[in-house]
Amino acid sequence: MKNKEKKSLFSIEILGLLLGLLWIAPFYLMIVNAFKTKRDIFSGVLGLPETWEFDNFIQAFIDLSFLKSLFNSVMITGLSVGIIIIFSSMAGYALARNKSKFSGFLFFVFVAAMLIPFQSVMIPLISIFGQADMLNAAGLIFMYLGFGCSLSIFLYHGAMTGVSRSLDEAAIIDGANRFQLFWKIIFPLLKPISVTVGILNVIWIWNDYLLPSLVLSEANATIPLKMFYFFGQYTKQWHLALAGLTIAIIPVIIGYFFAQKQIINGVSEGAVK
Amino acid sequence: MQNRSPAFWLFLTPVILALGIVVVIPFIYGLFYSFTDWNGLRATQFIGLEHYINLFQEKEFMNSIWFTIKFAVASVLLLNFFGLALALIVTRNIKTNNLLRTVFFMPNLIGGLILGFIWQFIFISVFGDVGDLLGVEGMKGWLSTTETGFWGLVILTSWQMAGYIMIIYIAYLENIPKELIEAAKIDGASSFQRFKNITFPLVAPAFTISMFLTLSTSFKIYDQNLSLTNGGPFNSTQMVAMEIVRTAFSDNQMSYAQAKAVIFFLIVAVVALTQVYYNKKREVEM
Repeated sequence: MKNKEKKSLFSIEILGLLLGLLWIAPFYLMIVNAFKTKRDIFSGVLGLPETWEFDNFIQAFIDLSFLKSLFNSVMITGLSVGIIIIFSSMAGYALARNKSKFSGFLFFVFVAAMLIPFQSVMIPLISIFGQADMLNAAGLIFMYLGFGCSLSIFLYHGAMTGVSRSLDEAAIIDGANRFQLFWKIIFPLLKPISVTVGILNVIWIWNDYLLPSLVLSEANATIPLKMFYFFGQYTKQWHLALAGLTIAIIPVIIGYFFAQKQIINGVSEGAVK
Repeated sequence: MQNRSPAFWLFLTPVILALGIVVVIPFIYGLFYSFTDWNGLRATQFIGLEHYINLFQEKEFMNSIWFTIKFAVASVLLLNFFGLALALIVTRNIKTNNLLRTVFFMPNLIGGLILGFIWQFIFISVFGDVGDLLGVEGMKGWLSTTETGFWGLVILTSWQMAGYIMIIYIAYLENIPKELIEAAKIDGASSFQRFKNITFPLVAPAFTISMFLTLSTSFKIYDQNLSLTNGGPFNSTQMVAMEIVRTAFSDNQMSYAQAKAVIFFLIVAVVALTQVYYNKKREVEM
């Protein structure tokens, strides 16, 4: 009996490893071929490169204006997510502490807004922001607050059920105003959900392509946007395109390496709720 | 905090403004414009249902809807199959389960645009070479026909999102009491019986969540469509989201594209509301 179980566990392990290999195969093929010359790719994509060609990466790095795109991506994602966390946590708190019908209605509106797909508001949105001369990074960050706040408020609102009202009362008696009460006492208690909200929004905003493509000029392009232009420039030149793709995903892999546990937990929490 | 308390309003003003300006107002404007000849800047007249009548007769739009529905059904089935299979593997007591979770989940962190480009290389060059090697003609010329483009998109999406669905199933699988499984083992239940009678019923809620999540995500896919097939050949693999973007920003038919966007909203909303209905019903049963 024991032996049989060990055997079945072993075959599951083998199956898992095979699937794991299948899952990373695309990344392996991307990296290996990014090191090849154009001729080398033409003669076969499965093997290792004859000579390891680092020049592909140098050229892709320059053509992607990688440092600049990275900077743009970091600024836009960082500022948007920071603002989403600040304002959504405040709103989630206010809505959870006010039990009136009106407060319930507002919460319903925020949740219902999640039903609306981006394409359904995209055209008037771009028109309105265009007429207000706000098709720029600041406008984009504001848009991310609008699109990101619904889910974030929903998550904060849910987390507030675990924060006792007596804390509010005690702080008010001690003479704190609402603002101090929230930032000094409530917000630190919401830290776990802030991590979840932060991770979910970073993943989405960092990778977003369509909205920045409608809002930002090429000079202010984020990584996905720049990648799109870059790829168009190098069709049929896989060695350069693949080197560019490899460079573009390095920041994500580094982030994943350091925050793996939090990312998987955050995503799990966001999905199951 | 009372409705009249200034703090209540102070805390809510930023998000009310943002949601209002970014989502609510454009949505209402959009509904209105879809009944006019709006060109992105101004509307001169009401045209009633003209756009809506036209779009149901437009071949390209209807094709994109059917293509999207077929794509969504295929993706939902494959995603849930792989998601559950991966979850069952990595929740067993194997040495590599953490490493495997990391690997399976990784594609979710990378944008659909970049993944689509990587898979373009896989389908065109790698499949071509492997086809040569094995002498399989069917592996050559991928993405150049509607059929292979369709399966290309399904494979890409399944590979990308299976790890995400896996995470959802893991959350439920790990909540199954170990004693239950042990007791069944002692009673002599086979591993298939244990799966059918214990594991499966207890992860059924995860199935509902995953199904609707994957359904609504597959309906809204844009990036992968753009980077993998770009709608080709001859717009035959173009999904609804992409069709709307093209009508608006390539063909410059703003109010017509907006009418399509309204229909798109209705489809997505029906899917989501069905989910809410099912969840409510399930909660009552429990």
